[in-house]
Amino acid sequence: MSTPQMLSVRNLSIEFGGVHAVDDVSFDVQPGEVFAIIGPNGAGKSTIFNLISRFYEPTAGSIFYGEHDLLELPAHRIVRMGIGRTFQNIELFEQATVLQNLLVGRHRHMRSNPFREFLFLPGVKKDELVHRRKVEDVIDLLEIARYRDQRISDLPYGARKNVELARALCAEPTLLLLDEPASGLNTEETDDVSFWLEDIKHDLGVTIVMVEHDMNLVARVADRVLAINNGKVIAIGTPDEIRDNVEVQHAYLGAAA
Amino acid sequence: MQYLFKTRYEDDVRFLAKSGEKIRVGLVVLFMLAAPLMLQDYYLAELGLLLVYAIAGIGLMILTGFTGQVSFGHAAFLGIGAYSHSILMARAVPFSLSILITILIAGLVGMIIGRSASKMHGFYLAIATLAFAILIETVFGEWKSLTGGHAGLAVPALKVFGVTLAKVWQQYYVDLVMAGIVIWGASNLFRAPTGRAFIAVRDSELSARSLGVNVEWVKIQAFGVSAAITALAGALLAHQLTFLAPDVFGVLESLKLLLMIVVGGLGSILGAVFGAIFVSVLPVAISFLKDVLPPSIGQKAGLEPLLFGTIIVLFIVFEPLGIYGRWLKLRFFFETFPYYRKASFVRQKSYLKTERMR
Amino acid sequence: MLPMSDVIHLAITGIAQGCAYGLIALGFVLIYKATEVVNFAHGEFMMLGAFAVLTFSEVLGWGFWPAFGLGCLSIGAVGYLVDAQIMRRIIGQSQASVFILTVAFGFIFRSLAGMIFGWNTQSLDTPFDGRIALGGGIEIGTDRLAIVGATVVLVGALYLFFARTRVGIAMQAASQNQLAAFYMGIPVKRLISFTWAIGAMIAAAAGALLAPVTQVDTTIGFLGIKALSGAIIGGFGSIPGALLGCLLIGLIEPFADYYVPSIKGVSAYVVMLLVLFIRPEGLISQTYQKKA
Repeated sequence: MSTPQMLSVRNLSIEFGGVHAVDDVSFDVQPGEVFAIIGPNGAGKSTIFNLISRFYEPTAGSIFYGEHDLLELPAHRIVRMGIGRTFQNIELFEQATVLQNLLVGRHRHMRSNPFREFLFLPGVKKDELVHRRKVEDVIDLLEIARYRDQRISDLPYGARKNVELARALCAEPTLLLLDEPASGLNTEETDDVSFWLEDIKHDLGVTIVMVEHDMNLVARVADRVLAINNGKVIAIGTPDEIRDNVEVQHAYLGAAA
Repeated sequence: MQYLFKTRYEDDVRFLAKSGEKIRVGLVVLFMLAAPLMLQDYYLAELGLLLVYAIAGIGLMILTGFTGQVSFGHAAFLGIGAYSHSILMARAVPFSLSILITILIAGLVGMIIGRSASKMHGFYLAIATLAFAILIETVFGEWKSLTGGHAGLAVPALKVFGVTLAKVWQQYYVDLVMAGIVIWGASNLFRAPTGRAFIAVRDSELSARSLGVNVEWVKIQAFGVSAAITALAGALLAHQLTFLAPDVFGVLESLKLLLMIVVGGLGSILGAVFGAIFVSVLPVAISFLKDVLPPSIGQKAGLEPLLFGTIIVLFIVFEPLGIYGRWLKLRFFFETFPYYRKASFVRQKSYLKTERMR
Repeated sequence: MLPMSDVIHLAITGIAQGCAYGLIALGFVLIYKATEVVNFAHGEFMMLGAFAVLTFSEVLGWGFWPAFGLGCLSIGAVGYLVDAQIMRRIIGQSQASVFILTVAFGFIFRSLAGMIFGWNTQSLDTPFDGRIALGGGIEIGTDRLAIVGATVVLVGALYLFFARTRVGIAMQAASQNQLAAFYMGIPVKRLISFTWAIGAMIAAAAGALLAPVTQVDTTIGFLGIKALSGAIIGGFGSIPGALLGCLLIGLIEPFADYYVPSIKGVSAYVVMLLVLFIRPEGLISQTYQKKA
């Protein structure tokens, strides 16, 4: 292919105590697309995300982001490359307010120096205001203004999902990893998610890789789909191709289907 | 609820956002400034001690309340501060320089502990800090040439810029200024990136990492800042005590610091101050109890740790947010009167999520 | 240099002491594995156990073995109640709060014991007061042998309990995933309280068996901190690792006290801090990273 790859995963494998959670997985993500990863529970979808985030050390394989070898970086440097993410079981800062959560999302763009901040020198205030403004843009986009000053622990589930997406966007990523963005949401909320994903893709120009179970959502927003089972790639293609793929149907419904 | 009509982003960044807060803080500051005119020396000295403990409490609060790193041995930093300041002062180092060096030493020791702490699992750290405190206490006792060992060490008189401040009110103002700086500075920290990174590490290391927070470095920073502030309190405490002995900085003192922040309310600067007020009033309450209780209980040794322990248990079980949490509820009650409902603050049910990776 | 016979003697005392730490550490690890709570009051369970046995056997004069059984049972009951009444209420609170809570328990128990049983050191007569010659002029007290024996027996018994019995397997399940275990019909709450009871009973047994060596007073609970240090050195996640660490501490201590008397009593902590500084996860490391 002549188009430059944004993310390229090659022969990625990881073992946990003899179990091949991810086994020789390769795929490429092109700039500007929505790339979905599907598969039954325990197929290794989230593990792939955790490998890209550098939470796990792969036993073999490589992950390149543009020219950068991600495996050379520690986990906290990944977002500086422009890769943001959300988590399957929402990982927000529970005892902090929505605003504080979103501001931590800006951390990648912040200077931090305890001495300056202890004295709250004028420069600190100036920086804070700049970031505050950026955060407000995201708050507007995802319509979470009414939660702004609430603590996360007081928020309903759906709102938490939105806040987590917002926090990831605050980092202004170029590639966004979304781990089940619609799980646990009702139809209406899922519709919202699909509109936002379109907005994020078109207006912000962010490339999206998402793990998702809801095939309707995947069919609606994804450009290409990767299906995996037992840590192995079983198919890759457009949503329609995947839907008609016999092996994918087997993986989901068992051999009898 | 008091609605805040924010019209500018500055409103979110300001030190005191609500008008009520400004009035309250103003009144407290006014009272503290005027205290020497109104109080007898005994009570003024107690108030000074309270301020010193508030500083120490903020030190531990930054580490345990905001960064989630439990230290069972924070009295060690209090001791390092007290001893290093006294030893330096005794060698004719000027007050401000001595304080500065003390803070730097403690901060450095804190960062070294923090370096290993950053790789430790939660309770390993708790035990390591406890062991560290026991060791430091042993060092104070054994390094006789420097610390005077168990015989003790006399603290030189408080002398700032060549002026001897021997009077109680003079010392009180030194404590007040320091406490003011620490409270203001610590609050600043938590409306800026460093403090937010601390909170992020406390609540979820995983997502903190994914957002670009260098978790190891944050823990080292938190330890450094915390140790430095606690050592400052130690240096001021030395002037209050006028005589240092190793066992002053023992396990019970560490527990007292923990008691302060738990009772005051984990995760708020104001909580540390409330906690300091609480531990200052506690001895009065205990001596009162000793008179009221039948002598068979009241006169027994061990009443103090028993009460310390019981109060901690009661607060953690029934009011995990401490006095600060009570205060929030009280304020909410008045602001929403008569619409307060018990359900406004119901805790959610939760179950243990394992932190072990499988 | 020490003469060889002294070295051997110190080593044997060290191993016996290490087993004592191991015996205490067993309870720590047990409760930790079931609930992920580190019970900092564990040493105080041991102290209470020693006092309970002392009261039953010396004050009431019921003889050592009945007193031993009763003492263990009553401390077991205390352990059960501590979980059922207090620990259960604070599930889901931050680990920091939980640590602080158990430390507070330690202080409460110590003060109460002092108030009830007195602050003086007392001694407990046990059936183990002889000495056995090992040849070469080296002998060992039967009290020490009893500790070694009890450690071996209890480790074996616990292994069988967790590997073979229904209750033990249910406990393992509950420790892996409380919610899932609950959905499978396992009475998670009761099991956890039961684990606390077993942990407390082991501690009480340790307290009584250690009594000839340590005597009985309110401060013997601090042995718990040493046992914890040992367990951490070895690696807290597994019982063999913890035992190994405790043996190591026990072996190092008498020699360190002999050669560096200025750190007498705290050498265990020096060793632990050194180990943690070099290997923050203990000698036998385990992955403790939170699951993503």
